[in-house]
Amino acid sequence: MTAITRRLRRLDTNLLQLVLLTVLIFAGMAALNPDRFLRPYVFESITFIAPELGLLAIAMMVAMLTGGIDLSVIGIANLACILAGLFFHAVGAPRGPDLVNLSWPLVAAGIGIALGTGLVAGAINGLLITRLRVTPILATIGTGQVFTGICLVLTGGPAVVGFPRLWGQIGNGTAFGIAVPLIVFLVVAGLVWFILSRTAFGINLALIGTNARAAAFAGLRTGRTVFLSYVLTGGLASIAGILLSGRTNAAKSDYGVSYLLQAVLIAVLAGTNPAGGRGSVPGIILALVALMLLSSGLQMMRFSNFLVDLIWGGFLLLSIALAAWRNRVR
Amino acid sequence: MRSLALALRRHPEWMVAAVLVVAVVTIGLINPVFWQPANIFSLLRASVITGILALAVLLVMLSGGIDVSFPAFAIAAMYLTVRAMVAWGFDGVLLPFAMATAIGIGLGLVNAAFVHYLRMIPLIVTLGTGTAVRGFILGVVGTSQINIDQMPPLLINFARQDLFTVTQADGSPAGLSAMVLLYAVIALLVHLMLRHTMMGRSIYALGGGEEAARRVGFNTRRTTFFIYGLAGALAGFAGLLHGAMIWTANPRDMVGLELDVIAAVVLGGASIFGGRGSVIGTMLGVLTLVVITNSLIILGVDTTWQRVVVGLIVIAATAATAWRDRKRIA
Repeated sequence: MTAITRRLRRLDTNLLQLVLLTVLIFAGMAALNPDRFLRPYVFESITFIAPELGLLAIAMMVAMLTGGIDLSVIGIANLACILAGLFFHAVGAPRGPDLVNLSWPLVAAGIGIALGTGLVAGAINGLLITRLRVTPILATIGTGQVFTGICLVLTGGPAVVGFPRLWGQIGNGTAFGIAVPLIVFLVVAGLVWFILSRTAFGINLALIGTNARAAAFAGLRTGRTVFLSYVLTGGLASIAGILLSGRTNAAKSDYGVSYLLQAVLIAVLAGTNPAGGRGSVPGIILALVALMLLSSGLQMMRFSNFLVDLIWGGFLLLSIALAAWRNRVR
Repeated sequence: MRSLALALRRHPEWMVAAVLVVAVVTIGLINPVFWQPANIFSLLRASVITGILALAVLLVMLSGGIDVSFPAFAIAAMYLTVRAMVAWGFDGVLLPFAMATAIGIGLGLVNAAFVHYLRMIPLIVTLGTGTAVRGFILGVVGTSQINIDQMPPLLINFARQDLFTVTQADGSPAGLSAMVLLYAVIALLVHLMLRHTMMGRSIYALGGGEEAARRVGFNTRRTTFFIYGLAGALAGFAGLLHGAMIWTANPRDMVGLELDVIAAVVLGGASIFGGRGSVIGTMLGVLTLVVITNSLIILGVDTTWQRVVVGLIVIAATAATAWRDRKRIA
């Protein structure tokens, strides 16, 4: 018994608050829609939709760890899957069985293209931020425009529709009764958690975010570390793009635009300090679950998407107030 | 190189002025249609709304922050005012503009409260308020567009006035919108406020360093509320003017405009670290951006390239600013 309380006490208070918030939202939504909310279908659909947003939120958290931000994640995600989609249309066929039944080596090549796009895009951000010393906000606003612009130039505006069946499996399929996107998310999240909390690279990132000057004086190669963190962010964004295009079977220059605010919101709600130094993957997962429960509950109550936007924005402001209050207590 | 950096630091307006001259001469050589009065006048007219909004962003950037909520505030002020005018059967010019400005001030003060009391990064605060306000307008107030047949006629007549009209070579008339004069007056007032009042000095001081500004004796709370209040006022005013100039009140308008405006402000030499930037530089930045993006068509470039161009302008301008200020950061 004492062992349990000791373990509980060692848990981050922030995580405890998040668990409490999740339980509260769950109970509230269940009380408001008793007959519709507590159905397996609701939770099953969350396991398909939440992973792409969760990956974007983790990407945002990684950028925030060093006091930066990545506003180009949506552009990267869209560019990655548009390039992969155009590749499939070029090697397979624009539509029809040839495209649907594309062999797995070619699909794997498409995944490679998408991931590579994300890594290169992240490297461009990283170079701008560390070599040219452009502020992350402005650098990623600029590159986000360029990535989205390239999407527009490549597609001319309309969506790239139709992906191979295997690609769709990544966003839509199930394995062992579990949604494949959820498996992808958990694997990637576990990997990022390991990198951030169990490797020198992750510890260095947090130190740079806490005090860049002290980190430099301590002999850390801050430029290279920050650069790599943006490459990681870009890679995570492209995986989110793969899941999104796999689920919807399409890729478009303006898909997922509202995800940007939601990713920032989840990162901030998860206790990430946008000024740098603090952020954790378990926090992101809890905040993600809380907000997915909230938004699916609201949709069940026939709230329009605009009202959901209003509530997301309000929630972000509320979580800022909460964070300020928490810091005052400390 | 060093003396160039020094000259740029002293007179950042020269750089953007040089870019503007090069752009104008190049475009004029490629397609002489550019020099027709109708084109020149339409470019000036097109820079009015972006220009007033850019002044709002300049104020926030001078203090070391960034604002992405102003398009939402502008649309909220415009749509609420026009809806109220239609509902009450009221028509006029002064009172509606006062109402739109007041709505903008109110919303701006919310930003200020979050930035000052809760010490949150302005980008994240304004991302939240912007999304919440946009969600409120579309989800609660309405999504329907108010067209020319319902728009208050006096308001439209006010915005369609011309300063003067010239007859072009082919005999067609071309008028310069009087709104250009209005923009110039607003810019002059902001310039005088920044350069010749104590409040203006305190804005620059706040951008130079908040703690330092406070030690010198500036009231940083009052300054912060003034900055965001005035930025909101400019946004609200520009919003209604935009509706009056295009004869429609569309609650979905101005989505993504923040990027163009921020691009114009950084092109004008303002630094996101605060304390650097001028009204003249910003006006030149706005004109340059408007000239380049609006001339893509007469240059024979597909309009899908517009976003790529805006993004590259942001990257180039911020890289140049970072290079200019590199001593400050190191």
